[in-house]
Amino acid sequence: MVETGFTVYLLAGAGVFIIGFHALLAQAHLLRRIMALNVMGSGVFMVFIALSARTAGEAPDPVPHAMVLTGIVVSVCATGLALALADRLQSVTGATELEGGPAPGPNAGSGGEESHP
Amino acid sequence: MNVHGWILPGILLSSFLTGMVIFFLSEESHRLRTWLNLLGAGVKLILVGALLQGIYHGQGYSLELDFLPGIPLALGADANSVLFVTLSTFLWFWTTLYAVGYLEDSPHRSRFFGFFSLCVTATTGIALAANLVTFLVFYELLTVSTYPLVVHRGTPEAMRGGRIYLAYTLGGGVVLLLAVAWLHQLAGPVMFRERGVIEGLVAAHRGELRVLFLLFMLGIGVKAALVPLHGWLPKAMVAPAPVSSLLHAVAVVKAGAFGIVRIVYDVYGVETAARLGVLAPLAFVAGATILYGSVVALFQDELKKRLAYSTVSQVSYIVLGAAILGPLATIGGLVHLVHQGIMKITLFFGAGNYAETLGVHRVSELNGVGRRMPLTTAAFTIAALGMIGVPPLAGYITKWYLKKGAITAGADWVALVLALSSLLNAAYFLPILYRAWFKDPPAHWPHEHCFGRLETHWMLLAAPLVTAALVVWAGVFAESSFSPLAWVKLIAAREYGP
Amino acid sequence: MAVLVLGPLGGAAGAFAFPKGGRRLAGVAAVTAVLALLVLAREVVTNGVQLHRVGGWSAPLGIDLRGDGLAVLMLAITALIAGAVTLYAPPYFLPQAGAESRDRERWFWPLFLFLWSALNALFLSRDIFNLYVTLELLGFAAVTLVALAGKREALTATMRYLLVSLPASLFYLMGVALVYGQCATVDLSLLAAKAERGPVLWVALALMTGGLVAKAALFPLHFWLPPAHASAPAPVSALLSALVVKGPYYILLRLWFEAFPALMTPAVAQGLGALGAVAIVWGSIHALMQARLKLLVAYSTVAQLGYLFLLFPLAAVREGGWLAWNGGLLFLAAHACAKTALFLTAGNILQAAGHDRIKGLDGMTQVLPVSAFAFGLAGLSLAGLPPSSGFAGKWLLLSASLAQGQWWWAAVILGGSLLAAAYVMRVLSHAFTQVALATKPRPLPAVQEWTALVLAALAVGLGLAAQGPLALLRLGAPVVLGGAGP
Repeated sequence: MVETGFTVYLLAGAGVFIIGFHALLAQAHLLRRIMALNVMGSGVFMVFIALSARTAGEAPDPVPHAMVLTGIVVSVCATGLALALADRLQSVTGATELEGGPAPGPNAGSGGEESHP
Repeated sequence: MNVHGWILPGILLSSFLTGMVIFFLSEESHRLRTWLNLLGAGVKLILVGALLQGIYHGQGYSLELDFLPGIPLALGADANSVLFVTLSTFLWFWTTLYAVGYLEDSPHRSRFFGFFSLCVTATTGIALAANLVTFLVFYELLTVSTYPLVVHRGTPEAMRGGRIYLAYTLGGGVVLLLAVAWLHQLAGPVMFRERGVIEGLVAAHRGELRVLFLLFMLGIGVKAALVPLHGWLPKAMVAPAPVSSLLHAVAVVKAGAFGIVRIVYDVYGVETAARLGVLAPLAFVAGATILYGSVVALFQDELKKRLAYSTVSQVSYIVLGAAILGPLATIGGLVHLVHQGIMKITLFFGAGNYAETLGVHRVSELNGVGRRMPLTTAAFTIAALGMIGVPPLAGYITKWYLKKGAITAGADWVALVLALSSLLNAAYFLPILYRAWFKDPPAHWPHEHCFGRLETHWMLLAAPLVTAALVVWAGVFAESSFSPLAWVKLIAAREYGP
Repeated sequence: MAVLVLGPLGGAAGAFAFPKGGRRLAGVAAVTAVLALLVLAREVVTNGVQLHRVGGWSAPLGIDLRGDGLAVLMLAITALIAGAVTLYAPPYFLPQAGAESRDRERWFWPLFLFLWSALNALFLSRDIFNLYVTLELLGFAAVTLVALAGKREALTATMRYLLVSLPASLFYLMGVALVYGQCATVDLSLLAAKAERGPVLWVALALMTGGLVAKAALFPLHFWLPPAHASAPAPVSALLSALVVKGPYYILLRLWFEAFPALMTPAVAQGLGALGAVAIVWGSIHALMQARLKLLVAYSTVAQLGYLFLLFPLAAVREGGWLAWNGGLLFLAAHACAKTALFLTAGNILQAAGHDRIKGLDGMTQVLPVSAFAFGLAGLSLAGLPPSSGFAGKWLLLSASLAQGQWWWAAVILGGSLLAAAYVMRVLSHAFTQVALATKPRPLPAVQEWTALVLAALAVGLGLAAQGPLALLRLGAPVVLGGAGP
């Protein structure tokens, strides 16, 4: 038997995920996009936790909890990496956004790091 | 593996390994490279000799290596292979000698001779392939290894010629790949066998087999320069003379013609193909190619271009022979595989000598070359007369059998095509001979080189003289038991069976 | 099996702690990993599929590592490419012996070894959650390696890569959550028994496939790949193109053919195949249009990845499916070798000439004959000319498509070969032109040129020795393909 609380929580998780994804696509500022990623991650974790409480009455399933813990560790690393990269990008280019949007033209990018030694 | 087991791989490796070593030789080691080249060509010649000897004593040769699941790389030496492998190996030896002389002091010789050796490996591989996939492998290897030879000079014109060459041949290769893969779906692994391997499929897959035949002819016809797939051949004339002689007489064009022979006789079987009704269109295309090539050749002033269109025309004699049912036509077509090879290579050697020694490239500049270079011109004359079909030279034998075969098969129009073609051949070759022998030489040749007492470098002279002698021999001694004709009669007897 | 993961991981930790010993540690780690792989391969060949329970805990609680034929093949490709990079990288980082280069090399070794460890773990993992973790680790290492180049373009490309990679992982993870909710297991083998068609699993698989497809750079989610792969240092580009994108592809194979064959409908298979077909055409045409060599090679990766996705419609049909499975994986191996050779060659050209503009490559054979030869051989395999492994792979895919009457894939396979030949020739034709060189190019260490040549020769030679890897694939092959299963 499935509780309504469970369904609400599950749907809320999915909603948070979608909101995060929307923000990721809609926002230009890198910091906002990294935050959007974290929101997406929280949505996934909510779904996991909801699923662990799926069967009412019994003790919650511990496996999703373990997964969420692992997931949080991974997501902290990811955020750290993304922040470091954004910082580096800003110090090199002075920009806090990616130019040109997500899909570059066929000739975007460069041929190589040592193009003009 | 005993000694006999090593002969087939040995024939391939003798040039492959030579090529690999030559690639990594420095440009300066001229002497070592020359010796390696001649050694590779010589060893191959000896191995082919041993192969002939073995076959004469009833030894069978075959070799299989794992390749694709269920499809081995298979080499074998049946009658057709032996014909082609002997031709290419023999002519290769002389072309190598010629090329060493021709390219003296030009840059990138290590690269050139490396690919040159790969090219002969591919050609002998085509000759010895015992199934379709092996044939395909070497056929594509030939495409790849000849490209660097065509663009060897590196000029914009050469690059353009090379691009066109690749576009045609790779396109053809893809069509061939499709055909081979498709036939494998229908027939399983296809080993070449006299009288064909698809007879059992005719009832159920008549339509598919016809489409497949078309695909095979499109794929292979590119290399055989069948009209309208011949466009690359004149453009590829930018290559150095030894390459042209090789492309035309031994390797690329011949591989195409040989491929058509294989498909008609050893995959479809000539009688099965006739029953499918695919031979008549092929004969028609071949006939059209013969006339078209000859007509266009008439209007070429550049000697190599004229020879190129002559090749377009002459190679289709082989295809024509394959496309007419009956042993006489088969004999005529197959024997032309050899005859066209030795005649055309002589002509290109001659053209190369004129270009290298005198700087003469055009027919209109050939006045009096016979007096300056009598030996070369004599060889050129013999080959040209052979092409026209003057008895008792090699070309005459071909035309005689083809004509008889066509009339026996009731294709009288072919006799007309042959007669017209001979007239056209005469029309584009005789003026050259007339200029060469009977007109006065100019006061100065465009770029004359002197080579002491000889009219040109001895390596450049030896090759055409030998091949011209062969042209005479193949005609005069056609009825002896050691002639191309004798061997080809044996093949025809097996194909049509008791 | 654990050594395969821990060897490079230990090396990575060591190289991080002792930057000066990066090269030597990498050498030791490489040798360890290769030896461990040989031991595993021998076990698998003689005794069949190998299972290792980490810490002795069994499936639902513990972590299983499993070595079957497919995994061993992927590990072997990884070892080959990573081994080549281990040889190539030291002289590559040497020439610009400035502080910048030293700094780059300092970070290269730990990240490279970490990447290798993550790949090995990914190929051995048996449950979809561990696959997520390894995939994410792989992504971190890959992203950071791209950033090593340090220039503006590289950083932008890295950021773009990261912004695709991270949400893609989250999509995958969301799918994992739904699968667990439905089936109460994440083990690949157990899932096969429990999975039934239903809305939840459809959504879950759609999420997972979407995420993985983005990471594997399948059209239309390929846009991040060319700038990232082209702006990274050459050895990194090689790793990314040859190995990293194969990780998510490998998970897709495991998902669709092992865990959820029940959900593999013709529509799914044809859809993935269609994206692959578009990728072939799109990538090839863009490769033809590029002005720079590394971008051309990177777009070629987009095109060649398309071929891998043709495996889905062709292997999903019972008749001839096994052929297509073999063909696709052989193609994967072929592409790994050939593409590494190409990127390493491109790196050589870049270092020797100081640029990689295709128009400026005239006379390449005069300067770098070995590299030019390597490029030619690798190109042969890309264009699928016999007897290369690229040909063997295409032949098998082609045979499967003809046997199943799916002739439209045959047309794509053949057309793609011609396009590949065209873009390879665009580069090679410059190599054959003859020019007087204005500047004397910098000589290169022999190792750099020969590593590329050996890999290119392998790409061709593997075609002649394909029976070995193909026999390996039979061990523990998915049940839908007529294999014995786990």
